[in-house]
Amino acid sequence: MSNLSSSPADRRDIVALEGVTKRFPGIVANDSVDLSIRPGEVHVLLGENGAGKSTLIGMLSGLQQPDEGRILVDGKPMPITSPRHALALGIGTVFQHMMLVPTLTVAENLLLGGPWWQRPKTEELEARVAEITSSLGITVKLHAKVSELSLGEQQQVEILRAMVRNSRLLILDESTSMLTPKGIEELGALMRRLVEQGLAIVFITHKLKEAAAFGDRISVLKLGRKVGEIPPERFRALGEQEIISEIVELMFGQQKGDPEAVERPARAVQAEAAPLLRVVDLAVAPTDNAPGLSSISFDIRPGEILGIAGIDGNGQKQLAEALAGQRAATGGSVRLEDTPIEALSVGERRQRGLRYLTDDRLGEGTVGTFPVSINFFLKQVGAAPFWRGGVEQRAEIDRRASELVREYDVRTPSLKTPVARLSGGNIQKVLLARELAEGAKVVIFNKPTYGLDLANTLASRQRIRDTAARGLAVLLISTDLEELLSMCHRIAVIANGSLVGTVANTDDARTRVGRLMIGLAA
Amino acid sequence: MTGLFSEVFLSALLFGAVTAAIPLLLAGLGEQMSEKAGVLNIGIEGMMLAGAYLGFVGAFYSGSLWLGFLTGIAGGVAVAAIMALLCVRIGLNQIVIGIALTLGLEGLTALLHHFQFSRSYPRLPAADATVIPLLSDIPIVGPAFFKHHLIVYLAVALVFGMTYLYRRTQLGLNLQAAGDKPAALDVAGIDVMRTRTIAVLTTGAMAGLGGAYLANVGAGLFIPFITNGAGFLGIVLAMLARGRPVWVLFGALLFGVCLSLTTAMQVAGINIPTDVIQMLPFLAVMIMLVLFGRRASLPAALGIPYERGAR
Repeated sequence: MSNLSSSPADRRDIVALEGVTKRFPGIVANDSVDLSIRPGEVHVLLGENGAGKSTLIGMLSGLQQPDEGRILVDGKPMPITSPRHALALGIGTVFQHMMLVPTLTVAENLLLGGPWWQRPKTEELEARVAEITSSLGITVKLHAKVSELSLGEQQQVEILRAMVRNSRLLILDESTSMLTPKGIEELGALMRRLVEQGLAIVFITHKLKEAAAFGDRISVLKLGRKVGEIPPERFRALGEQEIISEIVELMFGQQKGDPEAVERPARAVQAEAAPLLRVVDLAVAPTDNAPGLSSISFDIRPGEILGIAGIDGNGQKQLAEALAGQRAATGGSVRLEDTPIEALSVGERRQRGLRYLTDDRLGEGTVGTFPVSINFFLKQVGAAPFWRGGVEQRAEIDRRASELVREYDVRTPSLKTPVARLSGGNIQKVLLARELAEGAKVVIFNKPTYGLDLANTLASRQRIRDTAARGLAVLLISTDLEELLSMCHRIAVIANGSLVGTVANTDDARTRVGRLMIGLAA
Repeated sequence: MTGLFSEVFLSALLFGAVTAAIPLLLAGLGEQMSEKAGVLNIGIEGMMLAGAYLGFVGAFYSGSLWLGFLTGIAGGVAVAAIMALLCVRIGLNQIVIGIALTLGLEGLTALLHHFQFSRSYPRLPAADATVIPLLSDIPIVGPAFFKHHLIVYLAVALVFGMTYLYRRTQLGLNLQAAGDKPAALDVAGIDVMRTRTIAVLTTGAMAGLGGAYLANVGAGLFIPFITNGAGFLGIVLAMLARGRPVWVLFGALLFGVCLSLTTAMQVAGINIPTDVIQMLPFLAVMIMLVLFGRRASLPAALGIPYERGAR
């Protein structure tokens, strides 16, 4: 970090990725990604959740190995085999989830990793820390227990740890996600000082404004692929708004030959029909880890698909749960076919035809160890004809379950297979079969294609379209703008827990929704 | 009842308490180390049994108590190595493997003893005591605490050694991190598996020594199931001690007094049914758990096998 010069030789890549691919069962997390990381630069990796950012970081920090492609360090191919190896190569990582031992002091955490036969060199550490903190203008309480520090302070400790270990490359994974606005500003200033000292920084975020404010170079990831890069020269030439609109284009723009591209829905909705679902001024109180909702109003007519667009974590899940009755609303009204249902329980709402397909398929949607057959009827446990007098009617359940398996094309070895053994796409089919069964009138889909492969994605979308075509009202919550554009009649944008605008899905919907999503007027 | 509070009686009671406390102390200290590193070592009873049997066999055939302690340690470490392989490396369930090891060793040591000695229970000569000059002349306390085998003093010294290890050394930091946040240790560049393996093997060594002491010094012979729950008491001690070795010492002495009382009261011929007296130590465990159970603060990752990059 004493490297203050910037002669051409030093501007070469510290670390470069060439065609790196990483697969997990069922998904391609990174698909042939190239990346060059240079000293004196903040390289922003921008992408939605699931874009493959964290997997890239896992490979750079030695936690995971690429399946294809190679990583070059100082121009030489170098597999990074373990976290220790990454540290030895000068790659320090500040993970999204804090990697400090809460029961140890700051100093002890910084000393972690020394040779075990040595006594911890506390004095040496103190001197080194004083040197680094004064040059960076931060203060760190060395003898405080980590559990007593704020998240922002913990993060500074993690950055400090990377510096104490002479890192040349500092990776910050979603580091702003748990910080206050002031903390984010301080982190930005700190990054600036670090790159001025010759460090390379990889900064991962899904917030466009941070990318534009803190970056020197931006790479945009989408569904595991790198879809574009804004180099520093271009970055300097553009103003903030231009950068943001260029990023929007990269993130949400249509790619050529995209197999998911589908014509916009042509069928018009009868404008005069009475809305099936009408929501007025719905509000939910914020909790420690979730934003609240305020003044949410919309209505959906029979046969209509209303999309909810927005950057993940802006209240989508809260909205779905408040409508389904799983989360207490603090105000507003929800009317189903003109009957108020906001006071009803989850089960009563379901009975009246309001169905909710959760995005948490295994955690909330199914019981993984139960067989496929029972999972079809989880929400009817105890009810006839599948249970009589508290006794499970195996024959009845199996008969109906095998019908559903055929109808919804669930690929399962048998009805007795525990549902957790199925792929994500087939679990989704089980959920679809369950929620779309008899009596559904309004269906809420929360990220219905998240984590599914292409074939299952397309099948799920078709199923949703068919649902609307049957005259049901559909609320489709998704972070995939492409999906919304291909399916919805109207798209509402959610930001910070309120709807900031609703756009009819016409030719210019893409740009208008994109602008709403990043906080500009449509 | 006259003899109950005599000088000789009290002194013998305390002497017995120390003798009974040493295996518990070693088991507790060993268990504490495993738990600090995040491994719930239920197999410690089996490690003690292996130590007791091999320690006895070693001492019996060599005629040297010290060689017996060494073979005892080897026995404990051998069982611990199985535990480390299965639970740390492969990541199997620590409770299941621990119980299996304990039950397995109960059977195996009884079987081997039967093959070796048939139905006889040969005794070792009484252990030499190391008498500490001056201190041993103090009435009651002197004969109770300062006329023990050298290994007793070493075991007590180990308490301070462990305190130093946990507080002042790099290994101590690593152990605590392995138990509280193994992922943090991993990204700091330290092998979590290796750290935990070291902890489990050390536990085995301490438990083996404790078992060997129990057979060679405490009883002077080996009988099947001789440990009689000493390892489990060690687990209780480790959980109540909140990671501090000195609390293990206090707890071990308290249990030691209870165990010693059962013998002493029977010897003194007090008119209480033997069964009731023999219940005492376990009653003490229950009372301690009720009184202090809440103070047990266990490492966050205790019992959870570490897997790199697990989500």
